[in-house]
Amino acid sequence: METILAATVAVFFAVSIYLMLSKHIIRILLGVAIFSNAVNLTIFTAGRVVREVPPIIPEGLDTPDRITANPLPQALILTAIVISFSIFAFLLVLAFRAYQELGTDDTDGMRVAEPEGEALPPLGY
Amino acid sequence: MAADGQWLTFLVLILPFLGAAAAPFLTRVFGHNAAWVLALFPAFIFYHFTSFLGAVAEGETVAGGYAWIESLDVDFSWYLDGLSLTFALLISGIGTLIVLYSGGYLKGHPHLGRFFSFILMFMGSMQGLVVADSFLMLFVFWELTSITSFLLIGFDHSREASRRAALQALVVTGLGGLSLLAGLLVIANITGAASLSALLSEGEVLRAAPLYMAALLLVLGGAFTKSAQFPFHFWLPNAMEAPTPVSAYLHSATMVKAGVYLVMRLNPVMGETPAWETILPVFGGTTLIIGTLLALRQTDLKLMLAYTTVASLGLLVMLTGFGSEVAVEAAVLYLVAHSMFKGALFMVAGAIDHETGTRDITKVGGIGSAMPVTFIAAVLAALSMGGLGPFFGFLAKEEIYAGLGFASGWSILLTLTAVLGNALMFAIGFAVALKPFTGARVKMPKAPHEGPVLLWLGPLVLAVDGLLAALFSDLSHRFVSSPMASAVAGEPLSVSISVVPHIGLPLLLSALTIALGIACYLTLERGRAAMAATLTAIGWGPDRGFDQAVRGTVRLSAFVTGIVQGGRLDVYMTATFIALAAALFVPMVAFGELPTMPALPSLPFYELAVLAIGFIGLAAVLHARDRLTAIVSLGIQGFAVALIFMLLGAPDLSFTQFMVETLSVVILALVMTRLRLSPADHRPTGQKMLDISIAALCGAGLGLILLRVTQVPFDDTLSVFFAENARVIAHGRNIVNVIIVDFRGLDTLGEIAVVMIAGLAILALVRIRPGVAPLKAEKQPARAVEKVEA
Amino acid sequence: MHTLIFRTIAPYLASLMVLFSIFVLLRGHNEPGGGFIGGLIAASAFAIYGIACGVAPVRRALYFHPMAISGFGLLVSALSGGVSLFMDMPFLTGQWTEIDVLGLPVDISTVLFFDIGVYFVVVGSITSIALALEEREHA
Repeated sequence: METILAATVAVFFAVSIYLMLSKHIIRILLGVAIFSNAVNLTIFTAGRVVREVPPIIPEGLDTPDRITANPLPQALILTAIVISFSIFAFLLVLAFRAYQELGTDDTDGMRVAEPEGEALPPLGY
Repeated sequence: MAADGQWLTFLVLILPFLGAAAAPFLTRVFGHNAAWVLALFPAFIFYHFTSFLGAVAEGETVAGGYAWIESLDVDFSWYLDGLSLTFALLISGIGTLIVLYSGGYLKGHPHLGRFFSFILMFMGSMQGLVVADSFLMLFVFWELTSITSFLLIGFDHSREASRRAALQALVVTGLGGLSLLAGLLVIANITGAASLSALLSEGEVLRAAPLYMAALLLVLGGAFTKSAQFPFHFWLPNAMEAPTPVSAYLHSATMVKAGVYLVMRLNPVMGETPAWETILPVFGGTTLIIGTLLALRQTDLKLMLAYTTVASLGLLVMLTGFGSEVAVEAAVLYLVAHSMFKGALFMVAGAIDHETGTRDITKVGGIGSAMPVTFIAAVLAALSMGGLGPFFGFLAKEEIYAGLGFASGWSILLTLTAVLGNALMFAIGFAVALKPFTGARVKMPKAPHEGPVLLWLGPLVLAVDGLLAALFSDLSHRFVSSPMASAVAGEPLSVSISVVPHIGLPLLLSALTIALGIACYLTLERGRAAMAATLTAIGWGPDRGFDQAVRGTVRLSAFVTGIVQGGRLDVYMTATFIALAAALFVPMVAFGELPTMPALPSLPFYELAVLAIGFIGLAAVLHARDRLTAIVSLGIQGFAVALIFMLLGAPDLSFTQFMVETLSVVILALVMTRLRLSPADHRPTGQKMLDISIAALCGAGLGLILLRVTQVPFDDTLSVFFAENARVIAHGRNIVNVIIVDFRGLDTLGEIAVVMIAGLAILALVRIRPGVAPLKAEKQPARAVEKVEA
Repeated sequence: MHTLIFRTIAPYLASLMVLFSIFVLLRGHNEPGGGFIGGLIAASAFAIYGIACGVAPVRRALYFHPMAISGFGLLVSALSGGVSLFMDMPFLTGQWTEIDVLGLPVDISTVLFFDIGVYFVVVGSITSIALALEEREHA
């Protein structure tokens, strides 16, 4: 199962990186969204997988009575999902605002912070 | 030492900083008369340190301190012997006079409070530097003096020359400080000592170590930059841009002596080696001669004094490195004498400037009758500087000649250097003290008259001190010179020279010096012209080199920035992912850590189906030609991931993923109605091939490394701990939730804070009205824009 | 999306989802669920309501600004961690006690309040994001 998941993760990463290498900001964002899924799956797989047994202690017992899925990566991923969603939303709005201000969705056209042919900084004191 | 005494010393060490905090308020209340109040701070410190004089004269040392950073074994500790005590007394004593003088000199200046603050901060730093025991404390205070000196030189920050001088001093002494830190680390590494007092017994080990030379050069790098030794001397004359009290205090009496202090402090530990006894006299002697020659050509009173300060520092370094006990005694005497007469002369120069409006020696004359007290102070100080009896400078000079001697060719050379240097300094000292006051009155920007008491008190006290210290040489030797010389030499010494002339070689040399000095004084104009011509012929100097270095750095950084930050996001991304691929594959291949290829397991049909759905979603995202397809296919791959979580025993993750994907689709749909998705990915084919290769390599690398990770034994300590304790300790059966809200609660607290900050940031972004932002050249009224959007 | 059926159903659907989200939140300690999931469910409920009936009714229904709710949640979480400080235990150590509600013993704990805080942060922030974007849409 881990082998298959590792291959899946590889495909997720490859697709997201290909999208992020684009010059179009919206494709980059799609890539970011897929990237966070890929990362989550990586963490999940690295913690080893077990089929269909959630890490929940049965009622009346103090410890799980059989092998369950590893709870630790799940806890890490759960918060990661929510955070990456917030960040994704932020990026989306940022991209949207940049598009509104600059009138382009091409990253080559976004040169406000690093304009082409910038003059030398002042040489005095 | 009693605990309460220790407490008091600690208070004294931080007292200047408390004074610095109080200074602006006091100045607001009392105006320039706040100087009288603020002078109480250093005066009290001076008084406190005098209480140690008796014990230190008996050969004892006073140590104390507190743990500072216990885990790193760093202490806030001090160590008072003859050397540090003398310095502490000079700093607080002259500091008292300087504070008073500043009140007169900068009377009515709008930033007088700030100035007091800076100068008291400097005082505290300098004082910490000379009493510091632990290496780290020494370094911290060393750099603090550089920073406060920067603030003081740049005090008049509206002039470019001030800013340049301040930056130059900071760069030169700051780099020297780093060199010192490296040297101290090397020393600590060799000897295992972390404090100066512990180091004193490790001299043998240090001198024998193979890294001795490295440690020596690094430490001297710190000392020589701070004490303005050639070729680092150029920052000191430029620092004369500072107000005169600063020049008198930092750049003659105290801060520039920090390098000399360091050399003296390390003399018992690192000295008496061939390297030490070559490097120090060579650099010191060169500095002495170059300093005096450069002083000759100046006409500005302060600059003349500044170059003689450079020369004096060279003389001190030369004497300390000469390696005889009498030379050490001479260095000690000269250091004390110099602090007094040079401080006094600087204050005199400032008073002349203040009262006449100029400090150009060719434009001032005959003001002796108008400023009699200042004149007296100037003459007394110049007599000491010239080494005439019965002044402290005379004792120092006699001892210098006695110490250097005529034993070998080397000492003859150094003696001649000293004679020449002293003669030139004699000439310049009297030029400063006599030329402005004597001769015919010339026309000056302001009509001269005696300054207020604040202006003449400091120089007069210092100049008279130089006389008293020599007349009562028994006392001054017993309490100051002998303990200090003993500390520098590392063995008990007793200084015994007095003002009664001894017929002998030193006296003869003194006479020669004075004769030469008078000759120079009389031909000063010609010497100046000759020097000016020589310097013009040379053309280039380290001062101009500094400008070139600064400009070169700016050009270089602009050039490098242009290369590494071209401003194109796709280039950044490409570079990043190529680096990622290299970081993944190179170690894996180099160390033979590639995973073994397992046989593909057969999966149940439904699991294959879920994976297939995910891949279809990904493919659809890649090929999406309109926004709806892109959004929906993005959702599809997300739901596939949620299903994977569900199948592998993670219901919590699965639910969360479902909800998040739903919300993502919603907000994407909301935003994308405005954002055009270009119909197709129009990358040129070559670009496309490159991107595909990079993406495939990165994906494969991450997949392989993950596979490798799953093939090593699994450490389940944490997971087992959580499973066993979730119910028992934290009373919850859902282990994942227990980890989130209980075991790793702090983590979660941070994470929800991030979520909230993201929410706030988005709100802010959405609320900024388009067109209001300054980025747009043509500003449209907000109303109109809204209408366009609707 | 302004179909009649959707607009009619949306308020009921939203309130049901909010109820369900509270259920998920409270059972989170023992069964799948918890503050993050509950918060996301509630936030989707408000988002749906907003899409169907416009942003203004949602803002009226919420009464407080969503970010205020979020801030309140962060405060609750942080304060619940502070309780243990009074017991001389490190920040965020869970404290448990049992109270009677209508004759039934109910476990109550600082951890529960922490989770409720998480719920509010997620509800507030994400609702705020969704509503802000929807507002632009309908502007």
